Amino acid sequence: MISVRNVSKRFGEQVVLQDVSLEIEPGLTTTIVGPSGVGKSVLLKLIMGIMTPEKGEVLIDGESITRARTEREKNRIRKHLGVLFQSAALFDSLSVYDNIAFPLIERGGYTREEVNERANKLITALSLRKHAQHFPEEISIGLRKRVGMARALITEPDVILFDEPNTGLDPLVGQEVYDLIKHCQDDWNFTGVVISHELPEVFQVSDKVVMLLHAQVIAEGTPQEFMDSANPEVQQFLHGRTDGPIKIQ
Amino acid sequence: MSVSQMSVVRSTEQLGKAVLDHTESWGRSWLFLFRTILAFFVPPFRLRLLLIQLYQIGVNSTVVVALIGLFTGAVLAVQAEYTLSKFGATAFTGSAVALSLIRELGPVLTALMVIGRAGSAITAEIGIMRITEQIDALRSMAVDPMKYLMVPRFIAGLIAMPLLTAIFICIGIGGGYVVGVGLLDLSSGTFLSQMTHAVGLVDVYSGIIKSIVFGFIFGWVSCYKGYTCGFGAVGVNKATTQSVVTSSVAVLVVDYFLTSILTRVLM
Repeated sequence: MISVRNVSKRFGEQVVLQDVSLEIEPGLTTTIVGPSGVGKSVLLKLIMGIMTPEKGEVLIDGESITRARTEREKNRIRKHLGVLFQSAALFDSLSVYDNIAFPLIERGGYTREEVNERANKLITALSLRKHAQHFPEEISIGLRKRVGMARALITEPDVILFDEPNTGLDPLVGQEVYDLIKHCQDDWNFTGVVISHELPEVFQVSDKVVMLLHAQVIAEGTPQEFMDSANPEVQQFLHGRTDGPIKIQ
Repeated sequence: MSVSQMSVVRSTEQLGKAVLDHTESWGRSWLFLFRTILAFFVPPFRLRLLLIQLYQIGVNSTVVVALIGLFTGAVLAVQAEYTLSKFGATAFTGSAVALSLIRELGPVLTALMVIGRAGSAITAEIGIMRITEQIDALRSMAVDPMKYLMVPRFIAGLIAMPLLTAIFICIGIGGGYVVGVGLLDLSSGTFLSQMTHAVGLVDVYSGIIKSIVFGFIFGWVSCYKGYTCGFGAVGVNKATTQSVVTSSVAVLVVDYFLTSILTRVLM
């Protein structure tokens, strides 16, 4: 579904990604883990096509979003994607309902009834009915994530990207977000890409785990293979130890 | 290398870096303007967003612009009457008030007020959208932020600025009239007849052209500074300050050149 091929990205002197390649298989959820500042979010932005690598390319459903020459062409490829941002990134000036309906209205080609039908279906499925007319500042962060999820789902994308869905949340709300991802994937059957450093909690939504370190992929496999890995860096990160080969900068 | 040589090298390096940074920023701002203008011609055309921005920039600035206009006109009348009385020419107070407001103070002071009130708000709003990933969210949903955010604000600035300037001038002349005739005992007929006699269409054109150009500067700078805002609260703070300072200075500098050019072209 998504193919990242030999991608390199740097900011000034700092190399963030160096020759990174990975395959995201359709229907499964791939989790990209790694310490903060290792380039996980940059990788996500490269997949979205809102950053351009110095080298390599990202293919979505066989089409290169990196080599797309115009924003229009990129937008056509982006229609495969939905994104749940770390802070949900809801539009402050729009109500919950309008936030959810926004992508469909902007995409065009839908009647008012179709937009209403899809938005209401998601509002019901994600238990947002009594908050539909609230504004983002009036609801909790957990609810905002749910609204963000509904907004990502309304266009029925093939892939949903989750940028650190649990960062900054308490354990209960964090678990609620994982349950939400599982529930939505069962019902909508999308391909998932999750960026996280919440281990091992994130494994409950993962079919495959990829670890980034030193600007490269250092390990990949199923969650079980990942936990059983003999790589000392993987084990240090997994157990959150400060002593080991990974140096905190 | 001696200490003094090293110091010269370091200073040259710093100067070079500053020049490069400014050149890059200047180039980016032109690219931004080009992309905004290009986005204007690409459908869909969002009239609702334009109306919202016209309300935010135009309607919400009306009271403050009117208030400043009233007192500017009033103080102009007092100053003009004082100066002209030295030459026994107080009959020309109406002309002085009207010409000053229409040709110069109306467009400039309105622009500075709108920059302070609406320009800073636009920069802060877009800046916060940038740091809270709302702009990234737009792009991820295949919505062009240039089209959705910048074009309506830019066009609204171009439309609202001349209208607000007109309000400023009308109320300013009213303020000048009240003070001149009501408090300084100038003749109402002389005030009005001298004013209508002195003010020509070229003066009005000059004011309109200036206000449109200032509206253009206002939209360009406030949107650009918000869009390129740095990280966190400090980033938004810096962008907002830079936006107000840059556009205010630009308005005053451009005003000088415009006045010089328009005086030659229109007269």
